[in-house]
Parts: sequence; C-alpha cells; structure tokens
Amino acid sequence: MITLAHFLTLAAVLLCIAVAGFFINRKNVIVLLMCIELLLLAVNTNFIAFSRYLGDPSGQVFVFFILTVAAAEAAIGLAILVVLFRNRATIDVTDIDKLKG
Amino acid sequence: MTFELLCFYFFGTVAVVAALSVISVKNSVVAALCLVLTFFSMACVWLLAQAEFLGVALALVYVGAVMVLFLFVVMMLDVDFAPLREGFVRFLPVGVLVAVVMLVEMLMMIGVRTLQTPPSEDPAMLAGMSNLEWLGYTLFRDFILPFEIAALILTVGLIAAVTLNERKRSHTKLQNPSRQVMVKREDRVRLVKMAAEKKGEAAP
Repeated sequence: MITLAHFLTLAAVLLCIAVAGFFINRKNVIVLLMCIELLLLAVNTNFIAFSRYLGDPSGQVFVFFILTVAAAEAAIGLAILVVLFRNRATIDVTDIDKLKG
Repeated sequence: MTFELLCFYFFGTVAVVAALSVISVKNSVVAALCLVLTFFSMACVWLLAQAEFLGVALALVYVGAVMVLFLFVVMMLDVDFAPLREGFVRFLPVGVLVAVVMLVEMLMMIGVRTLQTPPSEDPAMLAGMSNLEWLGYTLFRDFILPFEIAALILTVGLIAAVTLNERKRSHTKLQNPSRQVMVKREDRVRLVKMAAEKKGEAAP
C-alpha cells in the first residue's frame, strides 16, 4: 500500500530538484519561474498527502488557494518578463542590475 | 506490491525524470514541455491520494492554462539561450551538493516510522461523501472569505498583467470622458448676427 512516507519522499525529491535548478540555471529567468512552479508543486503534494492521512479537508482547501496564487504569480511574472525583454532585449539575470547603487 | 503502489512508482519516476530534464535541457521550449509532463504525472499521483478534484484542477489549470502561457512567452521572445547557460557547469557541483544535502536532511526528518503508518480509509468516503462534496463543504463553510479574496487576487492579477503590457499607441483616436462632460454650449455653438434678406433682391 502507498504510505505517507512515499508521498513525502516524492515531494522532497521534487523540491530538491527545484532548488538545484535555482543554482544551475541562475541566468535564465524563464527556467527560474519554472523552478518556482516545481517547488510549489512539491509543497502541494505534501499538503495533499497530509490531508489524506490525517483526514482533514483543510489541507486540500489550502492547495486550492496555493494553485490560485501560483496562477496569478505566473501571469504577472511572465508579463514582467515580456516588458523586461522589450525594454532591455535580454532575460539574463546578471544583466538586470539597474537598481544597483 | 499492489497495483496502486506500482502506479505510484511509475508516475513518481516519470515526474522525477521530467523534473530533472526541466532543469537540465538546453532548449526552454523543451523545458516547458517537460514541466507539462511533470505536472501531468503529479496530477495522477494526486488522484492516487484520492484528491480527485485537485488532480483534475491541476491538469486543467496548470497544463491547460499556465503552461500554455509559458510556452507562448518562450516562443514569442526571441531569446538566444546559449549565453544564458554560461554558468551552468560552474554552478552544477554547488547545486547538486545543496540539493543532495537538503534531500538527505528531509528524508531523515520523514524517518522510517512514517513508513509503517497504515493508510487509513479515505476520509471523504468515511464521511459518506465524494471528494468534491467533502472539499466543497469545507471550502464554502469555513473558508468562504479566503475564497472571495482569492477571486479578488485573480482579478488584480489579470488587470496587472494587462496594464503591464499595454503600450501607448501614437495614431489611435481616444475619447477623453472628463473633457467630454466638461464641454459647454459656447465651445460648440456660435451665433452669427446678420441682416435678413429682402424679397426680390437678386443674389450677388
């Protein structure tokens, strides 16, 4: 049978992959946004597993809200990315240092 | 090994392999497609945890909407991805090290004890409802205010995304409502005094 540890382990593996993605793709904003989505997916899996094994629906409701906020975040993040590319013609994170004093 | 466990291992492996290729492939379009595969397999894993509504919502909302948005943006921006991968090899050891240490720590935290936790009955079935009813009762009874705030957040996100990408166009004619309502009769009508014409007089 699938136990709680199975879900938690899968979520932990996904989370670590996402964190490794932040380190090795530190220049490409698009992949960084994708890594954020992966991270949220791992967290959501934890919520669902605990909701299932503790018998509490609040966990699943929380996943619902996280999905909502993540969708809004992705929309705004991509809109900012398009504006950035239009103004600077690059999406390299190291080139975006206009605010540096 | 039951059929359920077999399915779990299959979907979990597909999700992990797809996630690894998301962070390692050269082409961002391929990365986005691999992310779609990850989301889809995780939706199947959620179905195995009896979270039917959220599994379908993940497939519809993420695979159907958010990832298509990602693909649109990746294809629309004409980015040369080669210089973006310069630091890839340099930061690979650090990234892998941090990820492995984090994973070991988390696995230690999860521990062996949870492995023996017997899976309980589906809580929704115990309550005599389907998953959707179970979730809906909680959502609309205990979380109605957060639900409405979530709707507000989505609206604000929509408006923000449109406003960010709005460009000023030079040759379009726009109405200015405040100037329209401020207009007076004197601005539009001009009365001209002139002598009345007499009958029988020839026109010049």
